[in-house]
Amino acid sequence: MQMWIKGGRVLDPEEFDGPADILVQDGRIARVQPAGQGNEADFPADAEVIDARDLLLVPGLVDMHVHLRQPGQEYKETIETGTRAAAAGGFTAVCCMPNTSPVNDSESVTRFIIQEAGRLGYARVYPVGAVSVGLEGRQLAEFGDLKAAGAVGVSDDGQPVSDAQLMRRALEYARGIGICVISHCEEMALAGGAMNEGVVSTRLGLAGIPNAAESIMVMRDIALSELTGTPVHIAHVSTRQSVDAIRAAKAAGVPVTAETAPHYFTLTHEAVNAYDTHAKMNPPLRTEADRQAVIAGLADGTIDAVATDHAPHGVLDKELEFDQAANGIIGLETALSLGLRLVDAGHLSLGQLISAMSKNPARIIKKTCGLVPGLPADITLIDLSARYTYHAADGYSKARNTPFDGWHFKGRARYTIVGGQKVFDSQNHANL
Amino acid sequence: MQWTKKDVLDIESLSVDEIEFIFETAFGLKEISERPIKKVPTLRGQTIVLLFLEPSTRTRVSFDIAAKRLSADSIAIAAASSSIVKGETLIDTAKNLQAMKPDILVVRHSSAGAPHLLARNLDISVINAGDGMHAHPTQALLDMMTVKENKGRIDGLKVSIIGDIAHSRVARSNIAGFTKMGATVSVAGPPTMMPAGIEQLGAHVAPDMDAAVSDADVIILLRIQKERQRRFLFPTEREYAASYGLNAARLRRIKSDALILHPGPINRGVEIAPEAADGPHSVILDQVTNGVALRMALFYLLAGGVRDANVD
Repeated sequence: MQMWIKGGRVLDPEEFDGPADILVQDGRIARVQPAGQGNEADFPADAEVIDARDLLLVPGLVDMHVHLRQPGQEYKETIETGTRAAAAGGFTAVCCMPNTSPVNDSESVTRFIIQEAGRLGYARVYPVGAVSVGLEGRQLAEFGDLKAAGAVGVSDDGQPVSDAQLMRRALEYARGIGICVISHCEEMALAGGAMNEGVVSTRLGLAGIPNAAESIMVMRDIALSELTGTPVHIAHVSTRQSVDAIRAAKAAGVPVTAETAPHYFTLTHEAVNAYDTHAKMNPPLRTEADRQAVIAGLADGTIDAVATDHAPHGVLDKELEFDQAANGIIGLETALSLGLRLVDAGHLSLGQLISAMSKNPARIIKKTCGLVPGLPADITLIDLSARYTYHAADGYSKARNTPFDGWHFKGRARYTIVGGQKVFDSQNHANL
Repeated sequence: MQWTKKDVLDIESLSVDEIEFIFETAFGLKEISERPIKKVPTLRGQTIVLLFLEPSTRTRVSFDIAAKRLSADSIAIAAASSSIVKGETLIDTAKNLQAMKPDILVVRHSSAGAPHLLARNLDISVINAGDGMHAHPTQALLDMMTVKENKGRIDGLKVSIIGDIAHSRVARSNIAGFTKMGATVSVAGPPTMMPAGIEQLGAHVAPDMDAAVSDADVIILLRIQKERQRRFLFPTEREYAASYGLNAARLRRIKSDALILHPGPINRGVEIAPEAADGPHSVILDQVTNGVALRMALFYLLAGGVRDANVD
């Protein structure tokens, strides 16, 4: 099985950017041949040729924060529908959060997820195990077993580790195991609301969640990272104060990393306007000043990664009173297009965006990523000029809960290749 | 003027002309409640469902009496007896009710936006009888009607709203209503009770109670909610009453023609002293009386207003 990806622009941020052909053999990148060097005879005649003229080749995108809902909530999403959505969004790998049913706090759940994803083959799935048994915040989960089974990180995502001593011990223990600790930062005593606290929550009469509910916990975890000398990764940063705290911590040498989600750099709390539950998520959409701070954080490297927090829900979880509706939106199939809006607007270079969506998250979870001979052939081919209208109903995810339904975009994944296998072709949905 | 709105969900979505039209209609209908036989056949054959998923006596009874005075058939459903407690969703409950062909659904719900959710999903008219902390449009309309009745106008008046602005749907709807009708609105209360961005909604935040009431034409006191979980908003009722209660001493310093309103039920001795509640400034019981006429007017307008309401 050989694949010759011919005539595209190859962008491996900080390594290479230019026209080149890529040869894939046995699931790995065998050669990256810049245009004008060598000749066509160097490529095997029987290789499958992918015409990549006008396409951008980047390292396979990595989404380090998704919810695949399996096991336990298969009516929302399955590993199959979730990884197909990932492939359609250009992602070759995703990290799935442990708030399944049963909770992924054990080797057996981790193994099940990896086996199911491997059997399907649409995207690599790297499970994130729980910090605490049952996500209950009382007792450390077995990080050693989780790591041995293939988990790349631990997080009690969906709820914070409220007990500072438990968080301290989790960081210390994780250092010995060599597993990444991801923190959902939320001070629960301040966080009893349904949306961002501000003029919109006041107008709508909805209980608000202040920025401090997030940033207090970000600052605590920075302090604990410094105390323990252990890296901590801050999930879904939404506030200006969190960005400021992380920037200062990085400058001081604290080993903190961070991600944000496309909705935080695209929307504000105004999107909630008519009690639209597709604009309800946790943390909530914030103000324009926060949105700008998140963009600035991406631009100066304070925020390392763009991750979707893909959170599929059924209609019955969202077609409810706003304060009763579930938190979260799907994001795998819109993230790249939303990220490219930042590039088009001049906020990020293309290389910065691709780093934030591939190499940076891969580095945080300690996985290889790049367009270099010898590495697995996980490659995303992007058509930067493709204009399309996103229809959630036509998506691969089982869920439709997105505020971006009907948005017009420019730029999307054309092909997604995982381990040398074409798993998505935007112009041929049937045969893959 | 022709009424065109299907629903009454909040004050913001009503125009000044529509609000004036509601007042005009309500003043016309008020006299019916003074008759020996307090009933006209105007809405005979119409069915009005009162879906009250949050405890309420006064508002429910007011809507119920308003319906009966117009000869509509009304049925009240309370939270404890609804299918919601059996796990049915709000939309399913409402669609089942709609299938029985009522004409108007009045809904009170503890979740902000619940009436909007129903209005989007139903063909029949929806009236918001209070949704969470969001809106209580009929209360604001009857408050404004009472002010207009006593002052002859709303435009140019100074209105002060005192108390827990942050958690009050009455405050939100009154801020929206009085500012829309040309009054200036001040709010006062401890900072724990002031919501973020309240000034962007058009209310001026008074530095203290005395500043708020000294030159006010209209003083609206809000109930201090004892029954709900309101953690850490103020230390004691005693201190609240001293700082923000309309007591006898403050009563002497308000304008001689100032009106005192309260949406009820009142906590005597907390936000309002008996001298204020029962004295000459108080129009608290006028509010209750006007509430029936105001709700009759909305039923009449939403039902099409095809017949002259004043004929019996």
